[in-house]
Amino acid sequence: MSAPDTAWMLVATALVLLMTPALGFFYGGLVRSKNSLNTLMMSVAALGFVGVSWAVLGYSLAFTAGNPWVGDFSRAALRGVGLEAQGTIPHLLFMAYQGTFAIITAALISGAIIERMRFGPYLAFITLWGLFVYAPVAHWVWGGGWLAKLGALDFAGGTVVHINAGAAALVAALVLGPRRDFARQAFLPHNVPFTVLGAGLLWFGWFGFNAGSALAASPSASLAFVNTMLAPAATLVVWTLLDLRRSGKATAVGAATGIVVGLVAVTPAAGFIGPMAAVVLGAVAAFPSYYALLWRARTRLDDSLDVVAAHGVGGTVGALLTGVLASKAWNGATDGLLYGNPRQLGVQALASLAAIVYSAAATFALLKLIGAVTALRVGSRDEGLGLDLSQHGEEAYTRGEGAILVLPHEIAPVAATSAVSLPIAEGGAA
Amino acid sequence: MKLVVAIVRPEKLSEVLQALYRAEVRGLTISRVQGHGGETEQVETYRGTTVKMELSDKVRVEIGVSDHFVAPTVDAILAAARTGEVGDGKVFVLPVEKVYRIRTGEEDQAAVTPVEEVVAH
Repeated sequence: MSAPDTAWMLVATALVLLMTPALGFFYGGLVRSKNSLNTLMMSVAALGFVGVSWAVLGYSLAFTAGNPWVGDFSRAALRGVGLEAQGTIPHLLFMAYQGTFAIITAALISGAIIERMRFGPYLAFITLWGLFVYAPVAHWVWGGGWLAKLGALDFAGGTVVHINAGAAALVAALVLGPRRDFARQAFLPHNVPFTVLGAGLLWFGWFGFNAGSALAASPSASLAFVNTMLAPAATLVVWTLLDLRRSGKATAVGAATGIVVGLVAVTPAAGFIGPMAAVVLGAVAAFPSYYALLWRARTRLDDSLDVVAAHGVGGTVGALLTGVLASKAWNGATDGLLYGNPRQLGVQALASLAAIVYSAAATFALLKLIGAVTALRVGSRDEGLGLDLSQHGEEAYTRGEGAILVLPHEIAPVAATSAVSLPIAEGGAA
Repeated sequence: MKLVVAIVRPEKLSEVLQALYRAEVRGLTISRVQGHGGETEQVETYRGTTVKMELSDKVRVEIGVSDHFVAPTVDAILAAARTGEVGDGKVFVLPVEKVYRIRTGEEDQAAVTPVEEVVAH
């Protein structure tokens, strides 16, 4: 047990947890104001629902021996997870740190289904997804599962988090179908500063995500930390230049997106590649995501906030480039293609493909299951009114004019669905 | 000449504008307004405070049209803004005494007739 390592991992856990509300702001700024609270809530809710399900069952399914595909129930409800050492930090802290990953991975998917999914089924979906999709894939790569044995490199979750969420997002967008006004109306971001703020906070939290994945206050953590600074910087530069070349203007939404794509791409590579390789990785990763975004906008796929382009494509590019750029001189264990080990690239490709196939299939099954019990989408009236009012009974930007205080004895029993209505007062209409 | 004033739901505005465009009605003004037309109030809750929103957001569309354009304009709005539920809004048609186009000083009928060479953006 090491006190410095424990201190760093305590901080890193808090940093990663901050990424989920940050994601809420990143996403929330990109939607229309009438759906902004709903979008934020989709991230915030994951903190609770996935956080609890992780402690109850998810951790056990991911990080116990079990079989190559999934762990077992031996650590369910944190049985036997105490203050004893797991590596050099307390086992309990390790569990909490890994829990923050499960939370944000589930929240990432929300970007593909915003502005149309009912909140109740969404809660059921992310809770089940954290258990039946995230936990097994985490087990494959980090819990001693088959991809770990194969030697797949995933420092901080390129496959487990980003490819996994990206594939789920693609399927979720297809199962839910496009928004009512998709391709008929322009959907403009209602608060671009929120999006930039979210990207900034995501970058900050990502130092915990990547450097924390060393699980120690070590040289490896420093390498991951520096790479987490340099790769997104390079992506931001290339993204800005691509923007300038395409339209003559460097956009703020583009900058925020570029930062996130760079962070996604460096995630699997963070502790395995040298700093200049990180610059190259970040720069190269800008291209596929940039053009995937432009291509997606011309299709009927309503992956509303481009989770597939940013996380699916960015994560896959990062995972493959890890197999190219990994250097034993920096990580002390494995070389990539560039240093004479072509097998690594094949392993990376196989790991990415496996995650895509499993995540897509399991996500499809979960959504169909929930959809068989209850409707996944809001009605078209509620969609027009906005999900803030119809799902949460709140507005993000209310002026308060015409608001009449309802006294406790006047409150009618709350109906379970959509907007609640009180009996209309007698009186003339305008 | 008439002034057509329509109060519509904000979420129906895009459809109304599209319908007006197809009906070749050019030149209009919109404003965001709040009002109450007898629809069920929204109930919102912030911590322990429950409020009934007596006023709902609406959009007011104002269009100055020549007489033979009144019917197509009104028809377009009626068709596009309707959901069938209380709160869809109203269309008012008002007589207009005088209209001037500021750029040219043209009056009345000429002032509400769009110029041919509309610069496309």
